[in-house]
Parts: sequence; C-alpha cells; structure tokens
Amino acid sequence: MIGSFLGVLFDGVAYGSLLFLVSVGLSVTLGLMNFVNLAHGAFAMLGGYVCVTLMTRWGVPFLATLPIAFLATAAAGAVLERTLYRRLYKASHLDQVLFSIGLTFMAIAGATYVWGPAQQPVRLPEILRGQVNVLGLDLGSYRLFLVAIVVAITAGLAYLMERTRFGARVRAAVDDAEVASGLGINVDLLFALMFALGTGLAGLGGALGIDVLGLDPTFPIKYMVYFLLVVAVGGTGTIRGPLVAALVLGIVDVAGKYYVPQAGGFIIYTMMVALLIAFPAGLMGRRA
Amino acid sequence: MAGIVVTAALRTVGLTKRWGGFEANRNVTLELAVGERHALIGPNGAGKTTLVNLLTGVLVPTAGEVFIGAKNVTRLAQHERVRHGMTRTYQVTSLFPRLTVLESVVLAILEREGSGMRWLRPVSAYADAQGEARSLMERLRLVSDAHTPVRHLAYGRQRLVEIALALATKPSILLLDEPAAGIPGDQSAEVFEVIAGLPRDVTVLFIEHDMGIVFRFAERVSVLAAGELLMQGTPAEVAADERVRRIYLGEAAHG
Amino acid sequence: MRKTEVAFWLVPVACFFLFPDYRVLGSQILITALFALSLDLVLGYAGVISLGHAAFFGVGAYAAGLLARHGWGEPVSGLVVAASVAAAAGWVTSFLVVRGRDFTRLMVTLGIGLLFFEAANRAAPVTGGVDGLTGVAMGRLLGVFAFDLGGRTAYVYSLVVLFAGFIVLRALVNSPFGLSLCAIRENASRVPALGVSVRSRLVAAYTVGAAIAGLAGGLLAQTTQFVGLDSLSFQRSAELLVMLVLGGAGRLYGAIVGTAVFMVVQDVLAGMNPVYWQFWIGLLLVAIVLAARGGILGAVDAGMARWRGSS
Repeated sequence: MIGSFLGVLFDGVAYGSLLFLVSVGLSVTLGLMNFVNLAHGAFAMLGGYVCVTLMTRWGVPFLATLPIAFLATAAAGAVLERTLYRRLYKASHLDQVLFSIGLTFMAIAGATYVWGPAQQPVRLPEILRGQVNVLGLDLGSYRLFLVAIVVAITAGLAYLMERTRFGARVRAAVDDAEVASGLGINVDLLFALMFALGTGLAGLGGALGIDVLGLDPTFPIKYMVYFLLVVAVGGTGTIRGPLVAALVLGIVDVAGKYYVPQAGGFIIYTMMVALLIAFPAGLMGRRA
Repeated sequence: MAGIVVTAALRTVGLTKRWGGFEANRNVTLELAVGERHALIGPNGAGKTTLVNLLTGVLVPTAGEVFIGAKNVTRLAQHERVRHGMTRTYQVTSLFPRLTVLESVVLAILEREGSGMRWLRPVSAYADAQGEARSLMERLRLVSDAHTPVRHLAYGRQRLVEIALALATKPSILLLDEPAAGIPGDQSAEVFEVIAGLPRDVTVLFIEHDMGIVFRFAERVSVLAAGELLMQGTPAEVAADERVRRIYLGEAAHG
Repeated sequence: MRKTEVAFWLVPVACFFLFPDYRVLGSQILITALFALSLDLVLGYAGVISLGHAAFFGVGAYAAGLLARHGWGEPVSGLVVAASVAAAAGWVTSFLVVRGRDFTRLMVTLGIGLLFFEAANRAAPVTGGVDGLTGVAMGRLLGVFAFDLGGRTAYVYSLVVLFAGFIVLRALVNSPFGLSLCAIRENASRVPALGVSVRSRLVAAYTVGAAIAGLAGGLLAQTTQFVGLDSLSFQRSAELLVMLVLGGAGRLYGAIVGTAVFMVVQDVLAGMNPVYWQFWIGLLLVAIVLAARGGILGAVDAGMARWRGSS
C-alpha cells in the first residue's frame, strides 16, 4: 500500500515538475508583461516537435536534442515577441485572449499539416529506460531524470532572479515597469529576453514531456488548462508559487487517475475552481 | 443641564494602514463637522491618498475605525459607504472611456435614485435624470461635450467630468483628491467656486497642494507627514507653524 | 425601430422564401445568433470574458432534450424549462465567476465549462455521452405545426424566438441596468464609487446571459431532435467568441452579423480540409485583433464616418 502510494507521489512530483517547467514562462508573461498568453502551450508543443524531428530525421540522440529544442523555441518566441506580442502589451485582456487563441489555432493547424494528427513516439536513450532502486522503491529512471533536470533549472532560475543584477532588474520591472524604465532599465530588452527564456523553457518542457504527456497537435488545448491553472493558483512574481501549485496539481492529478479513474477530469477541474475561489490572489497572495 | 453632543459628519479614530513593514498611515484621528470645508495637505508620499482610500473603503485599515455621522462604517464596502452619502473624486482621472459625458452623468444620477436595476425603459426616457444631468453639465461648462466619449476629451475637461460625477451623487460628504490638478489655471478657480457654492450641509475634505486655494476655501487644515497627523488648525495657524514650514521647506530644498 | 432595423429583420424572412433548400442551415444560423447575443450581453456589454459559455447552451439543450425524450414533447414549455434550468446553472456559477478579477475570472469560466462537459460525459446513461442524446420526440408547435424534415417549422420557430430574445436584450442594454453594465466594462473599479455593487450587477447579467444561451440550446435540441456532447465543448465556446468578435461585440447586431457571416462561409467552404479551416480562423482572429478591432460592423462604422466626413 505504502509502496504504491509513494510511487504515486513520486510520479505526481515528476509530472508536477514538468508542468512547472512549462508554466514558468507563462508566469513570466503574465507577471512581467501583464499578457494573458493562452498560446503558451503551443511553444511547448514546438519544442516537442523539434526534438522528434531531430531524432527521426537526423538521428540526433535524445539528450542532444534538448538544448536545441530550448534554443529553437526561444528563438521562435523572441521573433514572435518582437513582431506581434509587444504590439498588444497595452491591449485589453480580451484582445490578448483572442490573439493567443488565434495563434493557438494556427499552431495546431500547422502541426497537423506538417506532422499529422497522430501521437509522436519517442525513443529514450538506454540509460534512461527502466527503473532505479532508491531506498527500497523502484522509481522510473526517466522520471528521476526529469525531476533532477527541473531541480537544476529551478535552482538556476532562483540564482538568476535573486543573486544577479539581471534578476534584480526583472523583479523591479515586475513590480512596476514604468518606474523601472524611469530608472534606466531597458524594459524592452528585458521583456524580449524573459519572453524568450520563458518560451524556451516551455519548449524544453515539451521535449522532455513527450514520454510523460504525449505529443500530438492538440497538445496546446489539452494542457492549456493545466498551465493556466499553475499560474492562476501559484500566482506570478515568485518562483515558489507556481512550483508549489504545479507539484500539488501533479500529485492530485496522478493520484486521482490512479485511485479514482472513473472520475476523469472532474477532480482536477473541481479542485481548480475551488482553489481559484479560495485564493483569488494566488496561493502566495500575489495577484495573478 | 444636558450636554449637547453634536455628531461629527465624518470621524476617524486611530486609523492605521500597514503593508508589511511599511506604515502608510499611522494613528490618524480626525473629525469633520457638518458643512466644514477641510483641507488635507502634506508633502508627496505623506499618505493623503491612502487616507482617502481608507475613508472610502477602497482599502481595509490595519487598525482604527471610520464613522459617518453616528454610524460605524469600518466594515462597510465602498459602494455601501456611498449609499451613506460619501463620494470621492480621484487624483488620477478614473472615468468610463467609451461612455459619453452625458451617459456618465446620467448613470450617476440614476444610480443615486436607485433606478440602477431597472431594465424596461430606455435611459433616454428618464426625463428628470436627463434634465438634472444637463443643468449639472451647464454649471461645469461641459454641455458642448455632452455627446463626446470621455476618452476623446482633453485632460482638463476630464477632470471636470470627475467633479460632475461626484456632484451627481448629491453627497453629504465629498472627498476631493486634488480636484483642480490638470485643469488650466483660469478654470480651476471656477471649479472651486462650484465647490464653494455647494449647500452648507455638505461636508468637503479636499487634498490640495496649492496654498492659495487652501487659504481661500479651507476653514480648517490637517497636515499629514510620513503617514501621521502633524497638526490641525486654521489655514493661518498652519502656515505659521514652524514644523510645517520645515517639512515643506525641506521638500523645496531637495526638489 | 428604425428603418434600417426593419430592413435587417426582413432579410431572414426573405431568405425563408428565397432559399427554401437552405432552411436547415438557416435555422442553425438563427439559433447560433441567439447564442451569440447571449454572449454579447456577458462579454460585449458587461465585459466578462467567458471561455465556457457553451456550458449553458449545453445545459439548455440537454434539459429540453431530456424533457422531450421522457415524454413531454410540447415545444414552448420545453423552451421555458431549458431557459430556466440554464438560468439556475448560470446563477449558481455566477458567484464563482464574479469573485475574481480578470485572469482568475477567465480561468474560472474555463474551468466551469470543462466541468460541465465532464459531467455530461460521465453521466452517459442519462445524456448518451459521446454518442449523444437521441429519441428527442417533439410534439406539434402550438398544437398545429409539426416539425418537418424540410425545416419549415424549425426556421420560423427559431426566427420568432431569436426576435423575441433580441427585443428583450435590446430593452436590457438600453436601460439603466445596461448602462451600468457598460460602466462596469469600461472601468469596474470606478463603479462602486457610484454606490453600485458590481457583484450583484454581474450576477444578474451572467444569469440572464446563461438563460438566453440555454434558450438557444433548447431550440437546437428541439429543432434537430438530437443533443451532442459538442454542444458543451470548449471548441463551441471558442468559436462563438470568434463569431461575436467577427461581427463586433457590444452592439447586439454584431453578434447576428458575425454569426451569419461565419456560418455561411463555413458552409461554403465545407469541402475544405478542416486543417485549413482552423488555420484561417486562427489567422482571422489575429488579424481582427491587430487590425479590425470592431469587427465587421466596426469597420462599416469607420467606413461610413470617413464617407460622411469626405462628402
């Protein structure tokens, strides 16, 4: 009993870490640029497809595709930010919602056209297959790898935000972009870099997540709720908030599917509405 | 002989607002008599707008209470306090961009009358409200812009709409946050004439930086500095006070 | 009613006679136009972005469908039931929706839409689940008109209900209540300073919006004698949003025009690969946001202003 419970817990943590990795970028766009980007899942999808294409077309080993997926998606994000997104920073949330839904539709159609509607398979390297025995528990190697990567990235992000001048500038801009600009901070460049970083991380998450979340053209819509939920409940402006929210969400979802499979999405959606009602300003109190 | 207790129109007791370690307002105790014209002055960042936000219910105080007349309104939401007769204007113009001036003023009047939930007759059919809106706009020289969407108005004209909205609610307590800021010089005196012309049973508290206006229109003055009430008195008393001169002079030296 | 409006309403009447082969499509357009009008009240006038409005459409559809399937086939009373049930659902969920601001609120509407979808899916024994609800047997409308396969009765029925719904909404938006909704949309934080409880106004608007969406759903169930799970789907909520924005939100007629244009074009391009269709819809949305914010009617307005200015 305990064994399976701990196993579910671990799976939930792995799943949650993946959600966090993808959702960080969404938290950034909402907190920093006050932009509701429902197309965020499309960037994750892009990273996944880059990984798959590199592996199947050019035989690039899985681990090597990861940084490429990150960079490619970050580049795409930077281009879109410069050309389209920045025009709508001052627009109403409705406009932003409509715009990002439109982008999402285009992304889904594009993905279906290029790669077809089927699920993409991924061949994990030998070293990451199978299980590892940790403290008497058999844990999936890939999921361990996932958690390890996300821990490392989170630590890196925390260092970036708390210990560097760049991070200080970002925090200042989150607090008040106009004042920050008045202080001489190049807010424009900051936005572009953070947007690229956020989408890049999403792309990385998408690539890493092919084995766990699957990859098909409907990915952005299927998982949009989850990413939005992480940010809505976790709030923006902190790393801790979305992290906690993502882990909770991951554990509840995995546990729900394991113990009460007939409830389907009910548990998640109910929890979502309940959490949003209880914490309209996010778990950490910072308004989303 | 029985003591006659005259209830203050607006009263606060130990009003405090703290955010984490920062105290925006500390222990502010004020009393405004019915019909008083009271100015609230102080250097930038002294907490004047925060105080107005606490009075109107936009912010919840960390400590202290607010009374309108004999009623303790500390727990009441903003819209409920308005129902008790307290209206405010905003330092940074806050209006309805795509509504016309006429629509905005008529809305304020209809809500005051309690017709806000009526849905059968069109707004244009409420002749009384329309007429009252017109005369209010005439007083503030806004009639020429009656059908202009507010967002197309010059900033100074928008400030006048702010005042119009406040007056349309026929308040018994009027809180004005720098009402003339942004209004061209010759018109700002006009605005204050309108305010001075309000009935004697309306209590007015206004935040102001222009000492000339304070001298002309205020009966009593409260000075706020670093979130605390520094002193209260007539305009002459306040102008002569050494501490007040120091904080303003200090500001001038740095500014 | 102004002359242009009378002319506008004569168009669907004329279409009835001019395009007898397209009456079924016509009914669909009329029903969806009513659905779009309900969203216009909530979004165009009150400013609440809802990504789950189809929940109430579906609730109304299933209510009317289940009523007919279990023996009560009288149409008009069935519609009343549909609207009432949807109104109740809207009222209950409105308290959740009005609590948050902006982003949180958006999420809540999305969550509610997904919840209702899941509920309908899981309640397959009752709703028919993925296969849909069949056996919706309708009696005669007003005791006289049977629902024929050619869609004659359905068309007239839908047009009358649409018109009635439109008249009610028009009274609403022109009234003091409607004006207060516009004010909430324009600057919700300024409204309490006028003594108005924003929450109670939004609850009212959301409930009415849900009721009319349910009315449209009920119409769909009765005229097609079928209720599918897709009536509650996110796809339907999103498409409705597109139709409303296409025609121009916040002006009632925009909802009708947008729906008509969207569905006619969709029908004409029906042979097109659905992938292309999705791509063009996405592109259309992006284009509207970047270039033509007021939708079709907004562009017409701008064009007329320019024409008037130059002459």
